Amino acid sequence: MSDKDRIRIETDADIVNARQRGREMAAGLGFSSADLTMIATAISELARNIVEYARTGEIAVKLVSRNSNKGVAIIAHDDGPGISNIDQAMRDGFSTGDGLGLGLPGVRRLMDEFEITSEIGKGTTVAVKKWRQ
Amino acid sequence: MGDKVPVLKQGPYLIASIQTALTDAGWLEFQDDLLSRVGRFRSRGVIIDMTLLDVLDSFSTRTVRALAQSLKLRGAETVIVGIQPEVAMAMVQLGLVGRFEEINTGLDLEEGLAGLDKLTGEGMAQDVG
Repeated sequence: MSDKDRIRIETDADIVNARQRGREMAAGLGFSSADLTMIATAISELARNIVEYARTGEIAVKLVSRNSNKGVAIIAHDDGPGISNIDQAMRDGFSTGDGLGLGLPGVRRLMDEFEITSEIGKGTTVAVKKWRQ
Repeated sequence: MGDKVPVLKQGPYLIASIQTALTDAGWLEFQDDLLSRVGRFRSRGVIIDMTLLDVLDSFSTRTVRALAQSLKLRGAETVIVGIQPEVAMAMVQLGLVGRFEEINTGLDLEEGLAGLDKLTGEGMAQDVG
């Protein structure tokens, strides 16, 4: 299996496809079942943000290593409207009354590393990593 | 759609066992299907078995909650069963548990049936056992 996979995100079926492919790649590294579920759930939320807010984008799943540690990196990128207030988007309960939100604080809790860059009118990139325990 | 969720009728209850990951459209179709079946069969309770699901994200959690609330308005109680330990932990991390607070849950089908008996005053669990 390749150590990198790019998945185009456009429809709700792509959300399921992305998280299943991400899980498969991470499973090859020997992650625990609990970690695989967290990785798949994080991919699902990141892909969902793309479909809901940017309409189209891409998720790249990469196997990474640092010293002797192995892990998986997920990079969600879109050319959508961007996030005007990232601090606010990173707070739990931000956004609508039905408690939908962007799910970003949750994604950060599911993963070990979290980086976000966003520019209004240009798009958003969220890069997260999970290291094998 | 290839996502159809099989629904069994068991006396006054319906048992829906989700067999495969559902797309958003699949979740909405499942929601409509259960809401109409509950009327057609005059069901008093519904068990939704999620044993085979490997991810419950924000959309599916929100849909399940809305479904349970809508079923209640249609006169049926709902018990969610079979959420796997890993899925439960991921839901907690994601911050979704608050959405399930008023939803009845059970470990498995057996607990689901017992829970429905208690909620509805019917007596299916004894008959099944």
